[in-house]
Amino acid sequence: MTTLPRQRQAPSLAKVGAALRAAPWGAIVASLILALAAAAAAAPGLLTSGDPLFADPSQSNLPPSAEHLAGTDLQGRDIYTRIIYGARYSLLIGLGATVVAALAGTLLGAVAGLGPRAADQAISRIVDVICAFPGVLLALLLITFTGPGIWNLIAALGLGGLPTYARLLRSQVRLAATSGYVEQAKTYALGRWRVALRHVLPNALGPLPIVATIGFGGAIIGSSGLSFLGLGPQPPAAEWGLMVSESRNYLRNAWWTGVFPGLSITLVVIAATALGRYLQRRYERRSA
Amino acid sequence: MAIAHVSLDPSIAVLGTEQETALGRRRHASAMTRLVAVRIATAIFVLWAAVTATFLAVHLAPGDTVSLLLGENRDDPEARAAVIQRWGLDQPIWAQYLTYLGRIPAGDFGTSYVLRRPVGELIAESMVPTFQLAALGGLGMVVIGFVVAYFSTARIPGLRPISNTVQLIFLSAPPFWLAIVLLAIFSFQLGWFSVVDFDSWQGMILPVAAIAIPTGFYFAQVLSEGIDRAMEQPFALTARTRGLSRGGVRYHHALRHAALPGITVAGLTIGGLLGGAVFVETVFGRPGLGQIAVNAVTVKDVPLILGATIVTTAAFVLASTAVDLVGIFLDPRLRAAKRI
Repeated sequence: MTTLPRQRQAPSLAKVGAALRAAPWGAIVASLILALAAAAAAAPGLLTSGDPLFADPSQSNLPPSAEHLAGTDLQGRDIYTRIIYGARYSLLIGLGATVVAALAGTLLGAVAGLGPRAADQAISRIVDVICAFPGVLLALLLITFTGPGIWNLIAALGLGGLPTYARLLRSQVRLAATSGYVEQAKTYALGRWRVALRHVLPNALGPLPIVATIGFGGAIIGSSGLSFLGLGPQPPAAEWGLMVSESRNYLRNAWWTGVFPGLSITLVVIAATALGRYLQRRYERRSA
Repeated sequence: MAIAHVSLDPSIAVLGTEQETALGRRRHASAMTRLVAVRIATAIFVLWAAVTATFLAVHLAPGDTVSLLLGENRDDPEARAAVIQRWGLDQPIWAQYLTYLGRIPAGDFGTSYVLRRPVGELIAESMVPTFQLAALGGLGMVVIGFVVAYFSTARIPGLRPISNTVQLIFLSAPPFWLAIVLLAIFSFQLGWFSVVDFDSWQGMILPVAAIAIPTGFYFAQVLSEGIDRAMEQPFALTARTRGLSRGGVRYHHALRHAALPGITVAGLTIGGLLGGAVFVETVFGRPGLGQIAVNAVTVKDVPLILGATIVTTAAFVLASTAVDLVGIFLDPRLRAAKRI
């Protein structure tokens, strides 16, 4: 860990090609799935010509076919179309919660790692308390006060995800602060702030994208879970968790209404996790 | 960094401890008492802070506190008077806080004005089925974890990538969807298990499986990582040169090293299950803590969600403290590391 911070170079096309050849097929497939989900969220019209809310009662609970790739639900809405449009909710909430958690956690972690002892103690104890609420309970408690809704979901999941980033940054900052290059920077009589911002922070942020990629998958599970419990977007919204929830009473006759939306969640989460693990392996190899 | 992890197998490293003097041992014992005391004090602090956070949430929430606690029937003057009297809302805020803090250790969480029953009673009733589910789910998790970890680290050709893929799938699938898929396949398509018998053991199989499978694969991942790490260490080679088979080394030596992170993860998961049963209870329509928590959120029953949160948080903090204490007693290295 005593290497100097490397100069960043703009990636040329040749380098992208080389990186692609070096990457295992799993990382490539994962990136493709995430790109597809992002495309569905940004421009759903490209992937389907249907309307996610268009109901045709004569087409109720039809099994998958060439016309309806993933079948139809009770109201006769096309499930494939609803899944494509549903990407918007999951990606927005997942990304929002990850950004909130990563920003707030990074800030708190950096202050705890670099600031005075009292600040470290206070922040560390607050983080401990957030962690004491198991799993989905913290989000449930917050939503009782704020009410359901996309922004409240982002806030609740963001707060729940914050400890991971705060702890990561705190330990990373401390690791960087004791390294040789920071010692060296201090001998040049650089100011405290200058050392912190120029030398400690940039080097402490290395694993952040990795943790955030894996955390993004977790946030999507969280957001679809809260929507499943009826605390996210309300019907008739095409949200993946909500679609799984609505399928519960018709599973006996129409398994596709619940299986395909859940499969989309699983695929996106697998992709995020696999990509995160690949980045982690690369990072560990480089810093080893 | 890796150097810190390399250590001798405790069973081989007895030599060092035998040379300790009586004074050293006494010092060691007092250091351990201090460690245990600090850990318990931390747990009490975290619980106090969590309870205080719920108090602050009630008072900092926008709007009228009386209406917030009532949930419904907000215009009923009699009910309003009862809430004000019960929560001491006509008293200064510190007096309200002390009353609130004093009642909670006694299990007195107030009244659910929506369900018109004491919160403590509602929670005590719903804890029984959730506890059964969590206990059986935890047992299933440990069994699945050990079996999967033992075989996936066995270097059977082709098994590792398969088990890694299966692990990734089960860890990435949302828990509520996994429960739905189990229900669709085993109950509706194959008709093996009925879903309406809450009390019979057949009715428990699918809910328990829905908890045990994802947590079990997570547990297996932690164990396999621990076993792999231990197998790379010098003592594993030493044991092999003494003629122990690979399986023997894994079983007798590596598993011990993996057991510590394993116990931590198992304890935290089982401790979290009281709150984590929300999805499984919702999918299978089972009564329990998760079910009342979700209902409380939906109808904004604040006293009930506060009680449910505090009880599950206490269970989780107890479990995490217990695993840390077990770790301190089991692993001499933890004691040594913390003494510096």
